[in-house]
Amino acid sequence: MTHSLIVYVNRPHVDWFALSPSLAMLAASGLLLLVAVFVPRRARKAAAAMGAGAGFVAAFVLAVVLAAKSPHGTTAIADSIFRDRWAAVAQVLIAGCGAVAVLLSWGERWREEHVAEYYALLAAAGAGMAFFVQASNLMTLFLGLEWFSISLYVLCAIDIDLIGSLEAGLKYLIIGAVGSATLLFGSALVYGSTGQLGFDKIGAAGHTHDSLLVLGLAMVIAGLAFKTSAAPFHMWTPDAYTGAPTPVTAFMASATKVAALVVSYRLLVTAFPGDEHLWTWAIAGIACASLAVGNIAALVQKNVKRLLAYSSVSHAGFMLIPIAAANALGGRALLYYLIPYCAMSLGAFGVIAARERELGVPVTLDNLAGFGWERPFFGVSMWVFMLGFLGFPLTGGFVGKFYAFAAAYRHGWWWLIVAGVAGTIVSAAYYLAVVRAMYFRDAAELQLAPAGGSPPRDLPLAAGVAVCLAVTVGSFFAVQPLIDAAHSAASALPF
Amino acid sequence: MTSWLTTILIFLPVAGALLVWLVPMPAKSVGSIAALVSLVEIAVWIAAVEHFDFGSGELQLAQQRPWFRDLGVSYHVGQFGYSLWLVGLTVVCGAAACLYAWWVGRERPRAYFGLLLFLTGAVVGVFVAQDLLLFYAFFEAMLIPLYVLIGVWGGAARMRATITFVVYTVAGSLLMLAAIVVYGLQQGTFDLTRMGTSSNDWLFLGFAIAFAVKAPLWPFHGWLPDAYRESPAEVSALLSGVISKVAAYGFLRIAIRQFPGPTHDFRVPILVLASIGLVYGSLLAFRAPDVRGVVAYSSLAQMGLITYGLFAANSLGSDGAVLQMVNHGLISTTLFLLAGMVERRAATGELKLLGGMARGRPALATLLMTTGVIALAVPLSSNFAGEFLILAGVFQQGWAWAVIGAVAIVLAAMYMLRLISAVLHERPGPAVTEAALDLRGAELAIVVPLVGLLLALSAWPAAISGHVAGILP
Repeated sequence: MTHSLIVYVNRPHVDWFALSPSLAMLAASGLLLLVAVFVPRRARKAAAAMGAGAGFVAAFVLAVVLAAKSPHGTTAIADSIFRDRWAAVAQVLIAGCGAVAVLLSWGERWREEHVAEYYALLAAAGAGMAFFVQASNLMTLFLGLEWFSISLYVLCAIDIDLIGSLEAGLKYLIIGAVGSATLLFGSALVYGSTGQLGFDKIGAAGHTHDSLLVLGLAMVIAGLAFKTSAAPFHMWTPDAYTGAPTPVTAFMASATKVAALVVSYRLLVTAFPGDEHLWTWAIAGIACASLAVGNIAALVQKNVKRLLAYSSVSHAGFMLIPIAAANALGGRALLYYLIPYCAMSLGAFGVIAARERELGVPVTLDNLAGFGWERPFFGVSMWVFMLGFLGFPLTGGFVGKFYAFAAAYRHGWWWLIVAGVAGTIVSAAYYLAVVRAMYFRDAAELQLAPAGGSPPRDLPLAAGVAVCLAVTVGSFFAVQPLIDAAHSAASALPF
Repeated sequence: MTSWLTTILIFLPVAGALLVWLVPMPAKSVGSIAALVSLVEIAVWIAAVEHFDFGSGELQLAQQRPWFRDLGVSYHVGQFGYSLWLVGLTVVCGAAACLYAWWVGRERPRAYFGLLLFLTGAVVGVFVAQDLLLFYAFFEAMLIPLYVLIGVWGGAARMRATITFVVYTVAGSLLMLAAIVVYGLQQGTFDLTRMGTSSNDWLFLGFAIAFAVKAPLWPFHGWLPDAYRESPAEVSALLSGVISKVAAYGFLRIAIRQFPGPTHDFRVPILVLASIGLVYGSLLAFRAPDVRGVVAYSSLAQMGLITYGLFAANSLGSDGAVLQMVNHGLISTTLFLLAGMVERRAATGELKLLGGMARGRPALATLLMTTGVIALAVPLSSNFAGEFLILAGVFQQGWAWAVIGAVAIVLAAMYMLRLISAVLHERPGPAVTEAALDLRGAELAIVVPLVGLLLALSAWPAAISGHVAGILP
């Protein structure tokens, strides 16, 4: 009689390999928490940084292998995650951003007792994002979102000595929580309307004109837009980016954007194909709002981190243009654009970190004066990143903007090109203001207080910036292989 | 090998720039290396001329490699007869600028000479690009060195100069980018040699405004006076001598060739703008208080005249326009360099502080006089030949245009003679001291070849006007 009492739970087959990039970062994170306790204080920083770096590099390699071995998109683990190239390419980017962020973090003056926890959280955030981009139903979507968001909230506030860091973390937490709640409520409405959680099944349910579904869709878009920091859901961005430690800002500006944009695009085209005429307009509207708000607000900023925070809002707008286009070219454009964009963001914040460590105060346009001549490598790199943001040739930013415009035109929306062009014209003023600040004015003229002595040697930071520089410039010349990768990734989406 | 010549012409200066930037070297030798690279560049161009068949109107010395296939973009370079001459103008003026900067000795030489060489490479790239996106990439790449050259090494009001310059040109060129995206996707390729013509007025305007800003044509010339005045002399020389020709070339290669319908529709408005620029620029040049102001505004006037030739829509006009582009490029490069030399001696370019410089300075007097006389288009000068062809060409569009052009030529004589007499003759000005020497050997070595080229063109203008087959389809 006893055997009939045994309840058989149908455990799904677990495709461990599909989860491997996420697991690699998660394992690194767990290991680093042990490092925080067991490794003596002297060696802790080195051990932690190397552990996190190893985790990100392992995730990078695994994601590349995963991309190579998943030519045909499938779902795995009871249809809760996707195993396809769209997710894998995004994971490659996220892991790459994480690895560079580790390099940028090395020279930061962390409080020693928190250094291993910092790297553990960084790896955890990366793992969460890698999981998030694979999400194939609303449940895993929300799980992934919370996973990386909570890590980021803590990361923002981790350096409690830093003025504004705690404030940044708190603001991000509160506004981020509103975003998450909106997304969750929207998911509930979508589920209520269709009775389905899986993206494919929501799309197949065909409840296109159900007002419950449309309201849910609107709330889901709003929830994701919080993470993308697209206007008008960007209110947390300037404060969080300015207050957070600079390497954290670099990671947020690059990897978070990748995760949020890649997931938004997949969710919209797989789950809501029937409402395309609605959400393309909504996304285009958000894109225009972001372009306007980001660019105009950036014009008046003096603090360079804040300026770049607004620039990231405007770039969210740019990268929403291919999403609004909702075609195969748009998928390619988005993935391609993210590559130089991540490199430029990480690199620009890396250069800011270098100046910050030199001066010991927040970097403003005024105290950048003469920086380009004093530190030629960082100066030239910053120049290239600014030109890249502006979409100048010799940087991948140019090709990215070109593809985004091409996608908009294919959709038949030439006015979206005009909006993008107008935004770029305005942005020239503040991106070039950074170059102007670095090169055109003498440091002596402004009588800055000398920081004392030669600048601190920081080889990992220089290496990180060099990688970003190579990717920014390289993506201009090697367009074809990157576009091929983006093309095969985008073919995982239903077009 | 010959197919590589065009690519070498683009990338030799760029390689020189990278060499100067990256390889550690003593600051003294930087200028000589840059000058050497720019002279080798001229030699490469001469080799290109040797391999060029002027009888055919086809694209020559061409090379093509795919860049990104899904949208039909490729690295496609090659030269037509007229592009070859404009490339020649670029490499000659680029070399003159490098040599002059070497002689003057600029601060932070590695950055400076690297940027000058990079600029030369980018301008050559614009003239030879046969893919629309590649053209745009080079067109924008020019702005990067110019921005810094003016902003770092410019005069006191350089900040304002760079800001207005960048705002104007970025606004113009981004409109062009939008037009390029739409036009290229409509055609399914960005290869200029395979693209069909279009009759879309908006696209035409997108291109035309970008070129009108770059040229500049009235009323898009707001950036001109500050930029020409505040730049280092050799950068002003390149701006007015070479960069403005990029715009004229753009009109010729893209706006007119690819958009025949809109060109026809907009001919009269553009000719009106050109006329206004011609007369207005000449009048401003006549009233300008300093040497560079005169040359700058005369450049505005000359671009109006070249636009006449371009939009005359016949081979007389377009041949004359190409000849005049080269003429004006050489003249304004020479004049800006001479202006720089005068400014170095008198520490000012104000005309009322100058004067009497001819006395005891025969070389300066002779060179300024010769260039000025060619610039005011006396008969038998190359400028006369160019302007005559242009006016003959535009006469076929209506006699009134030719009358305005002729009036402007009289005005040109007025401002040029005023410049010559204010600098060379009259009473010695307060800024002109006895200690101010005549041109030195090195300066002569830079300016004499330029003036020599002008005299050679005066003797044989058909060298250019007769060797530009294939301008009009």
